[in-house]
Order: sequence, then structure tokens, then C-alpha cells
Amino acid sequence: MTEDRAATRGDDAMRALASTMDAPEFTSTSFNKLGKPLSECRVAIVTSASLHRPDQDRFVQGDTGFRAFGRNDRNLIMGHWSPNFDHSGFHLDLNVVYPIDRLEELAADGVIGEVAPRHFAFAGNQPDTVSEIRLDTGPQCAVQLNADAVDVVLLTPV
Amino acid sequence: MSTLAHVFEDAGIATIVLASMADVAKKVGPPRVLACEFPLGRPLGKPGDAAFQHQVLQQAFNLLEADEPIFEHFPVVVESDEMPMACSLPPRDDPNAPPAVDEARGLISAYRRAVERKGVTAVGRAIEPEQIPAALDTLHQWAQGAAWKDVELPGKNTVAVCHDIRAYYLEAALELVGDLAPGSRSFDAWFYEVTEAGKTILEARRSLKTQEAPFPFWFYMVAGHLE
Repeated sequence: MTEDRAATRGDDAMRALASTMDAPEFTSTSFNKLGKPLSECRVAIVTSASLHRPDQDRFVQGDTGFRAFGRNDRNLIMGHWSPNFDHSGFHLDLNVVYPIDRLEELAADGVIGEVAPRHFAFAGNQPDTVSEIRLDTGPQCAVQLNADAVDVVLLTPV
Repeated sequence: MSTLAHVFEDAGIATIVLASMADVAKKVGPPRVLACEFPLGRPLGKPGDAAFQHQVLQQAFNLLEADEPIFEHFPVVVESDEMPMACSLPPRDDPNAPPAVDEARGLISAYRRAVERKGVTAVGRAIEPEQIPAALDTLHQWAQGAAWKDVELPGKNTVAVCHDIRAYYLEAALELVGDLAPGSRSFDAWFYEVTEAGKTILEARRSLKTQEAPFPFWFYMVAGHLE
């Protein structure tokens, strides 16, 4: 029955497509072992969901930049350009994409040391080479994360 | 995401990737991956379920204890719900208007309540909420065979306008169904299978394809697997 309906198996189709696409290759893998317990670490979220505040520039098609927002911002818009994934979950609960309230709870419970003052969003739909992010905007974001003394970054996709 | 993990690790920051596409994450190879088979667009799995989200985060943060790169799967799979959500639509009001135009006008109150409650809206990439019926009128004409070069679309950018229409319907529909939160993809199933707007967009897209409009102009109006 479901085979006859138009909107079924979208996630399967997307995963199958993505697995056939070219992916950037890295010849080495940097690996930073934490030098202190997680309970003393400052944690930031970086998402590819194209989140932004209403007063910030929207993500344009092919946007390789990023937006920063504060740990208290909750009035965020998901400006992603792909129609290929569910947007309703984010509308119901932004934590399903950007688990900022969960981080605050983990900090209150002492599991993590601290929630970072700023968090960041990129656009997930990038050219296959992702060279802009790799060579330019990604390192720019890393500079800002280091300026905020972030120890751990949790990356969430959509 | 996985690419950014490499970049941040190069800058001295420890990273954890929640991967929604395990095959891609394996290829790119960031140092710590928790692959989660959840609906795309819901990387923490379940909206409104803090306990479940904490389970995901706990396993993710545990990866920091490994002494070398590590790739794990989260043991719980969350399936998409692809049955159309149950949401009643306004009755026909203006029999002379195209069905999608009439329908969109009827949803404006629910949409405004949603914006009032949330204080934020995703509508506005290319058009304002009040332009949604006019945009659907153009899409209706395209669907009926009008040449896309002859009938102008408010907002011009077909992909952005379709995002705006979909966001308008999503925000209105979630307001109408209240606590009956839809599963992943059940909004999309409802939008494209039940609403006149969704059906009109699909029909307009088919018409643009037939008219040999530029590929990016029509293809990305809806999810790639839809015909």
C-alpha cells in the first residue's frame, strides 16, 4: 500500500543517494584527547541546520558561511535550503536539532563543566568539495571557538 | 559536519559527530562518531523527549574516553512515520478561487496564532505570509499549463517560495493539531498528499519540467524523491 503513495521512504532515498556521492577525503585524522575531565570542560554545539536568529542574515543558497548565537537564544529559525528532510521536529522542539537545553541540564548536574557562551550554525548542503568550509569558514569558526575557550564541540547534522 | 570535525580537531578542539548518514561519516572519517539511525532532520531522535535526548548525549560524550578514533552506533533506531498527519483543513469559502488559494487564505488565522505563540516564523525567505495565496495562484496557473515565463511568481525564486508555503502550512498545521505532534515525514505526507497547496506544487513542478524550465528552477521545489 505505502509503495503507491508519493511521500514515502524519503529518508531511505536520501541515505541511498548520499552514500553514492563523493565525499571529501582526509589523509590524516587529528585527534585531541581531553586533558581534563568532561566535568571541567566547556562545550559548544555546531550544527549544519542553517539556524539563525530573525535579526541575522538568512542563509542564501550555496552559503558557505556560519552564524553565531548566544546560549540564551531560543528564537531560532531553521533556514536550511534542502526540502529533503523533516522540518517539523525542530518546530516542535529545537533540542531535537540543537540540544541546548539538554546541555544546560548536563552543566547543572555537573556532567559537563560549562555551556559555551556562543554556538554556531552552518548550512549542511554544501558543494561536494566543501573546500570553502574546509579552508576558510571552518577555520574561522574554530578561531571563535578557541576564543571562547571551548574544549568540546558537539556536531549535529540535519 | 564530519568535515568540520576534522577542521576543529586540527585547531585543537575535541569533537563528537552525531551522524545521521553513517556511510558518509565513515568515508569522511572524523575521530569520534555516534551514528544514529533517526529520521533525517531529527539528529537527537525524538522531539519533546528529554530523557531520550539525554541517552543519545550520554553515549556521545562517552566517546571522549576513547584513546583513539572511535565509531559507534546508537543502539535504538527511530523509524520515520510516513502516514499523513491528521489535521483538518478549512472548508471551501470562495468557490471561484483555485482550491489551493482558498485553502491558504483559510489557514491565515491559525498561522498568525502560531507566530504569536512562538514569536518567530520561518516564512519570509522570498515572500511574506500575506503573499502565500498569490504565489499559489501562480503555481496553480503553471500547473494548468500556463507558460512559466508569462505568469510571474511573487518572490520569483521557486525553491524559496515553496519553502515559504511549506513553512506557512507547517506552522499553521502544528497550531491546529495542538499536542498531537506529527512523526517525522507525516507533515510532508499530509502536505503533499492531502493539501491542495502541496498537490498544486507537485503539479506545477511537473509542468515546469514538461516546459523544460531550467533544472534547478523546478527540481528543488520539493524533496528529490517526489515525482
